[in-house]
Amino acid sequence: MAVLAAPRVRKVPKYVLASVLSLIFLLPFYIMVRNALMTRQQVSSPDWSWLPDPLSWVNFGDLFADASVPMAHALWNSFLVAIVTAPLGTLFGSMAGYALARIHVPGRRFVFTYVLVTLMIPQSVTFVPTFVVVGSLGGVNTEWGIIAPNLFSAFTVILFRNFYLRFPAEIEEAGRLDGLGYLGVYRRLVLPNSGSMIASLGALMFIESWNAFLWPLVIGQDPSSWTAQIALSTFLTAQSVNLPALFAGALVTIAPLVAMFLVAQRFIVSGIAASGLKE
Amino acid sequence: MTALLEAPAVSPPVKKRRRRRDWRAIGAFAVLTGPVVLGLGLFKYVAIGWSFLLSFNDARGTITIGHWIGFDNYAFLLGDDAFLTSLSTIAIFTVFIVPITFVASLGLAVLINSIKRGKAFFRTVFLVPAAVSYVVAALVWKMALFNGLPSGVANVLGGLFGADPVPWLSETSPPVYWVAVVTLRLWLQVGLYMILFLAGLQAISPSLYEAGELDGTSKWQAFRYITLPQLRNTSVAVLLLILIAAFQAFDEFYNLFGTGLSGTATAPVKPPLVYLYDSALGDQNYGVGSAGAFLLTVLIVVITLLQGRFVGFGKKD
Repeated sequence: MAVLAAPRVRKVPKYVLASVLSLIFLLPFYIMVRNALMTRQQVSSPDWSWLPDPLSWVNFGDLFADASVPMAHALWNSFLVAIVTAPLGTLFGSMAGYALARIHVPGRRFVFTYVLVTLMIPQSVTFVPTFVVVGSLGGVNTEWGIIAPNLFSAFTVILFRNFYLRFPAEIEEAGRLDGLGYLGVYRRLVLPNSGSMIASLGALMFIESWNAFLWPLVIGQDPSSWTAQIALSTFLTAQSVNLPALFAGALVTIAPLVAMFLVAQRFIVSGIAASGLKE
Repeated sequence: MTALLEAPAVSPPVKKRRRRRDWRAIGAFAVLTGPVVLGLGLFKYVAIGWSFLLSFNDARGTITIGHWIGFDNYAFLLGDDAFLTSLSTIAIFTVFIVPITFVASLGLAVLINSIKRGKAFFRTVFLVPAAVSYVVAALVWKMALFNGLPSGVANVLGGLFGADPVPWLSETSPPVYWVAVVTLRLWLQVGLYMILFLAGLQAISPSLYEAGELDGTSKWQAFRYITLPQLRNTSVAVLLLILIAAFQAFDEFYNLFGTGLSGTATAPVKPPLVYLYDSALGDQNYGVGSAGAFLLTVLIVVITLLQGRFVGFGKKD
């Protein structure tokens, strides 16, 4: 028994350390919930209190009632942006990645280089150039102006290409024998067999577009085209801020993503691992 | 005869096929790569070409090209104290955030990897902040953790040790606002890099550690001489990702310090992207904004290449 117990005792500090760190990491979430449920008086009181007393659910109502910040519409815009960007962006990435990996035509290397070069340009620095183009096409203050530039990701193309380079050729050959053309093979056989990759990159793209701030701020200057992040940011810098409502807004904004994280964790983790490690 | 007949039947058709244009393949290739080629063409190549030309123009309040002024926009930027300060701001930020994030994410990965029970739970806890946006995190940091009030969380915790309340975000000497800026990004990002290190750790063969154990290596020696060298590729990738992300910092600075269009910064913390945003979207000076974008691009590319050189040089296995 003593022999068995000894290593277990040595393991204890690790669990203590991990637990303490976990509490620290969870603290901001706890603060969000706490402040969202407090009254305005209680949240600005000079004394610290761990729990809201009484529980003040009106903040969620106040959040959507504030006429200067169209929170409901902003949440809808965020949803629209993410629900269009993630599937379409992933599909485009998969299509191009497949063609670059498996269809041998002259000029393939050129197209590959063409895609690769755009990776060298730091993404957020391009907001001025992209604004110039989207602005001249009339995309300012529109949802499509927020969505369009993010549908095309060189990074996604490269990841899909690496994925399809390892794709079993037998599946495609079988399709050919059954008389399918290139596009038929892709649509009927390759795409349905790319589920895990599509799920992981799609989930990452959904998170990225839901949380995006700089580009929606640049292009969506009118409240009608604000996303949830822009609305929150405006709320945050407003003159007289309703603090509990602001924290209620934060909770509402992160809730869908945290839920998605917990449900689709497997795909998100493999997506992160894939996007970080492939060159 | 048979040899003559057989030879073309076996190999030349392949060659012939290569030489003859396979229009079906070309068509399929064009359809599949079309959206990305056109999209990147418009939003990257055309955009960057246009913006590059604009950077040599006096383009105040306009995005049309036609008022050629040579390198004046570049000269203005390099002579503007605010721009140069923004560069030093991001340099300081990078010096803090890169090593701290690297060590913290590696440490968390090693810790979780060595735990038997509850691995998935701890991994989830450290990763979930990655689902939170910078705006929401800035909100929590600015309005609750580091709000400078006696009831602010940082001050409450400090109070336990007898420290006086600190106005975290507006105090500039000493510049304690860095604590807020760095911890915010650390909380958001450390889980992502931890995942990369965990993947790297799981790829290390256990036999290496077994061999080490036979040689009587200590825990620290095993980490130093087995784990670290085995993680070299992951480490280089993680360092690059942290560095590039640091140079593109915008969201937390914008929201923590209320800079941007009308706000006045309480602390001198305007990183280059906030500066760029202010000159392009605030002052509507697209010429200066474009020139700034190119200066920053060159800077980031050079630093990325240099870092790859320093970290990777002579260490390729």
